Amino acid sequence: MQQVAQPVATTFFFYMLSGIAVLSGVLVITRKNPVHSALALILTLLCVAGLYLMLYAPFVAGVQIILYVGGIMVLFLFVIMLVNLEHSEKEKQFNQQWLPGILAALGLGTLFVLIYVKGKNAFPALPPSLPEANNTQQVGVLLYSNYMFPFEIASLLLLVAIIGAVVMAKKRI
Amino acid sequence: MPSFITNYLDKSVQMTPGQYGSPFWALVYILVVFGGVSLAVVCMNWLERKILAHMQVRLGPMRVGPHGLLQPIADALKLILKEDIVPEGADSFVFLLAPVIILLAVFSVYCVIPFGPTHAITDMNIGILFMLGVSSLGVLGIVMAGWASNSHYPLIGALRSSAQMVSYEIAMGLAVVSAVLMTSLNDTGTGTLSMIDIVKAQNAQHIWFVFKFFPLGLIAFFIFAVAMVAETNRAPFDLPEAESELTAGFHTEYSGLRWSLFMLGEYAAMIAVSSIAITLWLGGWMRPFPNALNGATWDLAFSLFPALTFFGLAAMTFYSTMRMPKHAFFRVQTIGLGAFGAVFALIGLILLVPPVRDRVQDVYWFVAKIAVFLYLYIWYRGTFPRYRFDQLMKVGWKVLLPMGIGVLMLTGVVGLRTEIWDFLQRLVHV
Repeated sequence: MQQVAQPVATTFFFYMLSGIAVLSGVLVITRKNPVHSALALILTLLCVAGLYLMLYAPFVAGVQIILYVGGIMVLFLFVIMLVNLEHSEKEKQFNQQWLPGILAALGLGTLFVLIYVKGKNAFPALPPSLPEANNTQQVGVLLYSNYMFPFEIASLLLLVAIIGAVVMAKKRI
Repeated sequence: MPSFITNYLDKSVQMTPGQYGSPFWALVYILVVFGGVSLAVVCMNWLERKILAHMQVRLGPMRVGPHGLLQPIADALKLILKEDIVPEGADSFVFLLAPVIILLAVFSVYCVIPFGPTHAITDMNIGILFMLGVSSLGVLGIVMAGWASNSHYPLIGALRSSAQMVSYEIAMGLAVVSAVLMTSLNDTGTGTLSMIDIVKAQNAQHIWFVFKFFPLGLIAFFIFAVAMVAETNRAPFDLPEAESELTAGFHTEYSGLRWSLFMLGEYAAMIAVSSIAITLWLGGWMRPFPNALNGATWDLAFSLFPALTFFGLAAMTFYSTMRMPKHAFFRVQTIGLGAFGAVFALIGLILLVPPVRDRVQDVYWFVAKIAVFLYLYIWYRGTFPRYRFDQLMKVGWKVLLPMGIGVLMLTGVVGLRTEIWDFLQRLVHV
């Protein structure tokens, strides 16, 4: 008796994850304490990882958690902890440009609404029933066949960045 | 019984409750794993103090219960009753959240640990990636605890800890990748990240990955074994909580229940990383020699091990009971120790019943391998002096990392040796 696992409350989880992501995204820019901002950003990134899972991309979700949450954000916190926070908390936040900000947000919002209204047919009516069982294997095969060249170029770019960072940070090598 | 309970119990269902899609049984598994791990942490607490004490020719806890057996319970009671202090000037929200985050990160990892071919909460396509990612969230809790305490020792401890964990994660990842690479040596040529499939690949290739491509598998395992001690902040890499320098490191300011959450998280993390090592290199739930020594006789012989283990424990307990002082003052303790031995013997007898005997096999071998690792952890702590911080960084970046890259490349080359040989021959003939 083989029962295929049904997706669990897909719509509910989508709205929950995106709601938390947006809320904590707002928290990132409204908190005065940078550490609180960083923690809210971590929550956003975790919710985005959950959204990747719902898109049947477990590999991307796993990499998102390892790289962004486990690596980059830890380094963020590491740096913020060393900064004198009492000084920055008393400082006025940079909110002089609220007019251009609102205009840009409005423009982006209109764009989203337009895309949704005009291009409704471009979205599939139902979520695609993709097999998630071998997602990682497919990503690997594609990376080492069709996208071999861009993949190698990207890794070369990263190598250059690492060497550049070492050269800039160390006076005497 | 309702169908959502009985469906999963069907004999033809050979998968984990998570894969099968049974929330009820997944919940049961979660509770069993949570309870089992918490119990293991309590036992480990007592064992660590006793074993360390005996290594240093001391007795260790002896007062609460026979041979101090009730000491963990007394400690737990004390910790629950203690006042939960939030220091003045601390960021109370982050301060209170930090231990919870550590526990969440550690116990989420147990979702994918395979205690047997079907005994896991769930099996994921990205199993090992999930484990590495989620266990790296634990460092967030440490950093938050250190920063929110608004005190110097915790801050230094948190800084040390985050630097150490970020450094050793890289060496750890490289060692893991070289083991994952070995899973791809099959007909299809694609490997797997799923914890259950990694063990199955070792079974299919008739070898534990620690012995594969000798000594490459062994070196990768060694790198992981060093990195996992550093990841869990244990001696000799326990600089984040070095007692002689930082009092207690990042959890100096914590007290009572929250402090015990840190301890629970630390020991649970030790069990979690040990089980990663076991799954990747030591054949997971498989008994020794599942292919070389097969057949009904060998199966029977190996299936007696769980019962024999408990009979051994019972025998040792009865021996200790006989050696208890004969004074009337110790009568209650002697009876208690005897009862403890009787419980062990009873469990051993239950494990002899054929249906039970066959079903506990996988779990027994997995737990036995974990126990060896936990003993090693205690042994390290009793043996090695603590590293200096620059030495620690040097070992991580200048020894383990290059070794990891070398092993990874060599594993790839040895795994593809026939293809490379063919390619070279074609080059020569052209």
